[in-house]
Amino acid sequence: MSANDNQTYVGFDTITQQMERKFLKRGFNFNVILVGESGMGKSTLVNSIFSSHLVDSQGRRTAQEVIRKTTEISPVTQTLEENGVRVKLTIIDTPGFGDQCNNEGCWVPVIKYIKDQHAAYLERELKPQRDRVISDTRVHACLYFLNPGNRGLRPLDVEVLKRLTEVTNVIPVIAKSDSMTVDERTVFKRRIKEELAFHRISVYPYASDEDDDEDRALNASIKELVPFAVVGSEEIIEIDGKSIRGRRHGWGVINIFDEGHSDFVHLRNFLLRTHLSDLVEVTAQRHYEQFRTSQLRQIKEMRAQQAAAAAAGQSGMPAPSVPLPHQPTMAQA
Amino acid sequence: MKSTSSSVSKKKMQGYVGFSNFPNQVHRRSVKRGFNFTLMVVGEAGIGKSTLINTLFDTKIFPDREEVPPNAEPIKGVDVTSMSADIQENGVKLKLTVVDTPGFGDSINNEDAWQPILENIESRFDAYLAQENRVNRSKISDNRIDAVIYFIKPTGHSLRAIDIEFMKRLHTKVNLIPIIAKADTLTARELDLFKARILADINYHGIQIFKPVSDEFDDPETVADNREILSKIPFAVIGSEKFVERPDGTSVRGRRYPWGIIEVENEDHNDFIKLRQMLLRSHMEELKDTTDMVLYENYRTQKLLTMGHVQDNNVFREFNPVMQQEEERRAHEAKMQKMEAEMTAVFQQKVQEKEAKLKQSEEELYARHKEMKTVLEKQRADLDEKKKRAEVAMRPVTPLEQHPTKGKKKNIFGGF
Repeated sequence: MSANDNQTYVGFDTITQQMERKFLKRGFNFNVILVGESGMGKSTLVNSIFSSHLVDSQGRRTAQEVIRKTTEISPVTQTLEENGVRVKLTIIDTPGFGDQCNNEGCWVPVIKYIKDQHAAYLERELKPQRDRVISDTRVHACLYFLNPGNRGLRPLDVEVLKRLTEVTNVIPVIAKSDSMTVDERTVFKRRIKEELAFHRISVYPYASDEDDDEDRALNASIKELVPFAVVGSEEIIEIDGKSIRGRRHGWGVINIFDEGHSDFVHLRNFLLRTHLSDLVEVTAQRHYEQFRTSQLRQIKEMRAQQAAAAAAGQSGMPAPSVPLPHQPTMAQA
Repeated sequence: MKSTSSSVSKKKMQGYVGFSNFPNQVHRRSVKRGFNFTLMVVGEAGIGKSTLINTLFDTKIFPDREEVPPNAEPIKGVDVTSMSADIQENGVKLKLTVVDTPGFGDSINNEDAWQPILENIESRFDAYLAQENRVNRSKISDNRIDAVIYFIKPTGHSLRAIDIEFMKRLHTKVNLIPIIAKADTLTARELDLFKARILADINYHGIQIFKPVSDEFDDPETVADNREILSKIPFAVIGSEKFVERPDGTSVRGRRYPWGIIEVENEDHNDFIKLRQMLLRSHMEELKDTTDMVLYENYRTQKLLTMGHVQDNNVFREFNPVMQQEEERRAHEAKMQKMEAEMTAVFQQKVQEKEAKLKQSEEELYARHKEMKTVLEKQRADLDEKKKRAEVAMRPVTPLEQHPTKGKKKNIFGGF
């Protein structure tokens, strides 16, 4: 039957266009956090992905500047528009992460920030008078930057990834992969995958029951590439009359869009063209729900504990101890 | 230097004497003896230490790293291991020792990563010092570190905290040669900026790195070479154990990328040539010299001073056996006298003590004696009195009183 048969055509397939229009009107939020040591290529990569100078590198460049003693959280929000679609993009940089001699606990401010966003959302959700649309500041994706050339994951990577993957979607990348030959890259990726499996660290994308064959095939091809070995660049170079975004060396020119040179195109497509909405959804459905469940359970237990303490106060029995739920330090607007 | 030349007269010779052949004699002797060179490499895992060393000496000093399974324990702390190789070139024998430091910078907490390395360097100095102080010094083995190559990560920013900490701790103990590893990840412009920032950091923190310096005796060619080397410090290098084929068919040592081939020995691509030149071809002797005459000497002085040694100039006086004996005899006599005086003093003291004691006993006895006498006197007096009383009672009495004594009690004196 032709879809435009007036007798039988119902017309609910226009829902996609209706949703599109809604999205066009409302716009949406996308929040990405960058985790990696100074000088790994975080800012350059993000600026390359979004084809605009969104963030400045926060690395130390003068001798007088003091080396940061802790990990700072520095979010930058901008509104980008493309073909009528508006996105409120927040890039959260983490200068100071992994830069000290002693990096014990350098991940704490990062985990705390991510949890704070979940907590803020929960708070607004629980309000009796809710906003019609809660502004979503939850972190939808975390780009974790690996050191190229190491034998595999470093002890710091293992510690941090274990914790990050519990609260957000983690996408491991190798940003300055132009120091590895193709063979070295293959070996390194295999090694990383082995170690991730060994430490039971699950990175995004996750397998889901809802996946159809197409999704599964796509996810499989993505999983093959992880960690993405990319090269970023904010420079436009002329080569053979064409302008490309790349890096010019004395022995060759790297074109970041060339799939043979780097996985940049795959990463960008993955992040923006195919899995953008999935990232947002999975954040809400998996990570946020997990957080919410554990928070509410803890609040319940805390109340039970208080009741028990009140009863125990009368009968002289010790009350059970329960960890306090996550407390955000600042209410997010 | 100038002041001494005025007292030395310069003589012009008429013909060829031949002492200018002295350096050749030294050369031949050293070639026969062979050299040794000890190099230490420091940098985090995977930064290219083994590859660079194998490339520098064109020998597989470090074997291929075997793959470690994911469940292997990561190295705790920093290990210091060394491997030696005897290599030969043009009849010159070199005993090369490379000291590796696996684990440096790989842990989460790297605050004290420099410590085992510094201890190792100092223990080598200590070993040399001990050998120098032996009675028989004919065979001294020198395993002091002649240079440390420190591998800097090519971040493009500045030095990291661990870089600065390490260099500050070690720069006065060892020749420090910082290099930028994996230089193929930086463009020429990025490299220039990076090098400038590294040097700024080094100057800011007062870190002394090894630099080739020219003095007035060097010929202009050497001076020019030194200046060129100096302009490239810190060297940005790559290493490769593999050869790749260029489009024109030639085979070069390098790395093949999808976008081109970087050649190890191409000075436009990286500073490997300069590093090799400085390390092996022009400044190896200077590195060893500095280690021996400056770094080791400073360490030795520090160590001896802290051990409490004072510069004793008596050791420089001539040794005269007769005088020595005289002195010894005098010293011995003085000692004897001293002992004698001490003993006398002790003896006298003891005598005095005994006397005092005896005196005290005497007094005590005397006092007791007196006491007893007094008691006796009293008793006698008592007795006398009783006696008198008894006598009075026994005096002849009146007739009335002369009664028959019967019925009357007799007292003990026989009276009534």
